[in-house]
Amino acid sequence: MPRSSSTAFSALRRKLVCGAGAVTALGSLGASRALAAELGSTAALGYAELPDGTLAEHVLYALPGKLPLIKKTYRPPNFETPIEYFRTAITRNDAFFVRYHLAAIPEVKAAEWSLAVGGDSAERELKFTLSRLKKEFKPAEVTAVCQCSGNRRGLFEPHVAGVEWGVGAMGNAVWRGVRLKDVLGRAGVKADALEVVLDGADGPALPKTPDFVKSIPVEVAMDENTLIAFEMNAKPLPHWNGFPARLVVPGWTGTYWVKQLVSVKVVSKPEGNFWMSTAYRLPRGRFKTPSFKSQVKEANEPITTMVVNSLITSLRNGRQIPRGKPIDVKGIAFDGGSGIDRVEVSTDLGASWQRAQLGKDLGRFSFREFAFAAPGRERGALVVMARATARSGETQVEQLIHNPAGYHHNVIQRLYLEVV
Amino acid sequence: MSGTPMRAAAAALSLALAAGAFAQESKVQLKDAPGKDKAMQCVACHSLDYIRMNSRFLDKAGWTGSVNKMINVFGAPIAKEDVEAIASYLAQNYGKPPDK
Repeated sequence: MPRSSSTAFSALRRKLVCGAGAVTALGSLGASRALAAELGSTAALGYAELPDGTLAEHVLYALPGKLPLIKKTYRPPNFETPIEYFRTAITRNDAFFVRYHLAAIPEVKAAEWSLAVGGDSAERELKFTLSRLKKEFKPAEVTAVCQCSGNRRGLFEPHVAGVEWGVGAMGNAVWRGVRLKDVLGRAGVKADALEVVLDGADGPALPKTPDFVKSIPVEVAMDENTLIAFEMNAKPLPHWNGFPARLVVPGWTGTYWVKQLVSVKVVSKPEGNFWMSTAYRLPRGRFKTPSFKSQVKEANEPITTMVVNSLITSLRNGRQIPRGKPIDVKGIAFDGGSGIDRVEVSTDLGASWQRAQLGKDLGRFSFREFAFAAPGRERGALVVMARATARSGETQVEQLIHNPAGYHHNVIQRLYLEVV
Repeated sequence: MSGTPMRAAAAALSLALAAGAFAQESKVQLKDAPGKDKAMQCVACHSLDYIRMNSRFLDKAGWTGSVNKMINVFGAPIAKEDVEAIASYLAQNYGKPPDK
């Protein structure tokens, strides 16, 4: 944003603070400092701002095979999708975000890849090549959002340590592969099966660092929507998104979507490694998401499904709208798998809400587009908000539900506009 | 993936593939100040942009916690006696400003 409109926005903010009786709401904005169009700024999108060091570290950088994305860290690679790629319901492969915990990421060749299936609750151990998996199992497809558990962590106030994601650690794709339950069925799942443990080909730089291994409840593994995917939007998975095969757990956060999957074990005891027992945990009972029962501890439990959320992609904070011209409020909404029931838009700081039109239904795990044309206005300031509600009844929150690791940010966006 | 020959090959391959990113990474520099030499040990496992990305909101206790997590959880080969110097450097140069 040029300096001039930043100044205009300051004026707008003063007007709003003085005139609209919205002092509290605006006080919580506290974000006018960040109006300069810094790359990946979340204040520019109507949210709390990222830490200043995070913004200073942002550059656009293209990993091999990818478009320029917002660089969070080079090694391990963590790259965020810029907001312009969320103006369609499907996120293109070369713009899809990249997230790794560990720095040793092999370039796996499809012909050399194999998947080991076993575990103490499997009847037998099996090994599949890619061609055998494709040949022996019925293909399956699902359109689903993959969102990092920590997406929007950088918006937490007070800030919490970690990868300081803005809004772009998410994407929506058509995933195609085979059902995990079909593969597990071939191995034979014993009655005492509790969890399914997943390991990818990536590893740590040091042997002492815990390998990234995750588990999911056996009933989630046996869900017909849980896939071992080879394709994303009708193309092979990009290297950085898990080529040649990754797990797809629709509705669940990205941490469970293990990339470059090489091992699947059906087990009778809870997986106890660091990434399950300590990382990716929420204070117990703070969210209404389902419990991963075999992993619940006294104080905390693993993150499971995503909370309902939305993102306005057509407007930026401080934008000037010509007098009398309709204001196009467009964006995307999604939840943890019940599907979007409605998205409502407010142009009066939440005093009243109108239903936006929903775009094509691509399935309950997908981004759902929404659009609302607010009637033209006389000169003055206004605040645009969007609030998604899932078919489960869950709706976005007005106040952040703070938690130590910075998960599940779904605070309603507030975009400050000026009609001129 | 643990303890397989794939691991050794993996490191080499990811290096080749990400050569561009590694060249970029070398541009990320820590601030020159006492303790920088000890803080440079972090680069064994991750790029230094992790540090500035997490600034400026952690106080000395917060940075000490981060350094200890790297040692105790992730097995970073950092001597216990270096923790204080590294945490001080990070708090001084990448810590929460006193007025916040």
